[in-house]
Amino acid sequence: MAGDNVKQLTDSDFEKTVNADTPCLVDFWAPWCGPCKAIGPVVEELASEYAGKVVIAKMNVDENPATPGKFGIRAIPTLILFKGGKVVDQVTGAVGKTQLVAMLGKAG
Amino acid sequence: MSDYQLIIIGGGPAGLTAGLYAARSRLNAVLLEKGVPGGQVLNTDWIDNYPGFPEGIAGGDLVEKMTSQARRFELEIRSGAEVKGLDLAGPEKVVTLVGDTTLTSRAIILAPGVRPGKLGVPGERELAGKGVSYCATCDGPFFRDQEIAVVGGGNTAIQEAVYLTRFARKVTVIHRRDELRACKIIQEKAFANDKIDFLWGTQVIAIEGAKEVENLRLRSEDGAESNLAVQGIFILIGIIPNNEMLPAEQLEMRDGFIEIDREMRTNLDGVYAAGDICYKEVRQVINGAGEGAVAAMSAEHFLAG
Repeated sequence: MAGDNVKQLTDSDFEKTVNADTPCLVDFWAPWCGPCKAIGPVVEELASEYAGKVVIAKMNVDENPATPGKFGIRAIPTLILFKGGKVVDQVTGAVGKTQLVAMLGKAG
Repeated sequence: MSDYQLIIIGGGPAGLTAGLYAARSRLNAVLLEKGVPGGQVLNTDWIDNYPGFPEGIAGGDLVEKMTSQARRFELEIRSGAEVKGLDLAGPEKVVTLVGDTTLTSRAIILAPGVRPGKLGVPGERELAGKGVSYCATCDGPFFRDQEIAVVGGGNTAIQEAVYLTRFARKVTVIHRRDELRACKIIQEKAFANDKIDFLWGTQVIAIEGAKEVENLRLRSEDGAESNLAVQGIFILIGIIPNNEMLPAEQLEMRDGFIEIDREMRTNLDGVYAAGDICYKEVRQVINGAGEGAVAAMSAEHFLAG
């Protein structure tokens, strides 16, 4: 399953993951959000393709309210690319793979 | 020799239904979807008017069922395949994807759909995702016990205003006309809900806030301006056609939508259209799906001819 490459983040291990040397793309989602469901398979594909280069992660905003609150997230799906703990780029909505690949280009 | 007999552009209900019919007719077909299958219906929390689901069904679940049904008949679906350009004039249709891959086919069904309309006022872009939203299902739960506004007066706006009262303390519907376009049963629910207020004959002229939405500047019909303090604004005012990749110089269009006949034919041989991209009055899941079926059968007839 491609899904195995996606790291499931929680409020408690979020900081450690995004502060690490490897860039990290976090998909903030919730089970009640249709477009989040739709973007799921794309995120899983990216996780296989970028394995070892970028950490591709998901965070359930229902179960982890602190982190989305800290980043002012009030719309999902929101995907944020972190490098060394800093926000490099962010996008909201069920965007296509092309746009996400372009975003991941900024991780290098 | 073309790559495919039929290329379908767009993976909403129209495209998926066209794909289902094409696959069952054993056409060599592919469906190209720029994101992942779904389309606008993904933004709908609950669909009560698609027959066959007596209790209603979530928009996302309906699309998932449509996708797996098409796949059961071995339809090839390419997600993340975004079309950049089209040449539809000759007998071989040429589709250019982002990344410059080209695909060719003898027939094509255009079902790229629409996207939510924008107000085009100051602050809208700057505060998108920070209180400005176009999808109540996605973002409603972020506004628990807060005061929000819904802009619009059609089915989507009023249905979602009712939905948003599950979370928000108060929902103000702002509508530029003096009556709603939404169907009666949806209106009745909204009028009966004491968390919903209406501002008639009113337009939003600016969205304000330092880091998040704090205030709306409003203008009423008589020109008087006022403020409305809200933490969120849901803009549900209609649609913009996804027509950027369509060749306007070849294809007959009207107000940005594709002109079709009853068999879903366009002005070009072997080119069909279905769903919300068509120039028409009614844009529902049910007729989008129906048009997809008709378009696929017309294409099959054309390919056999």
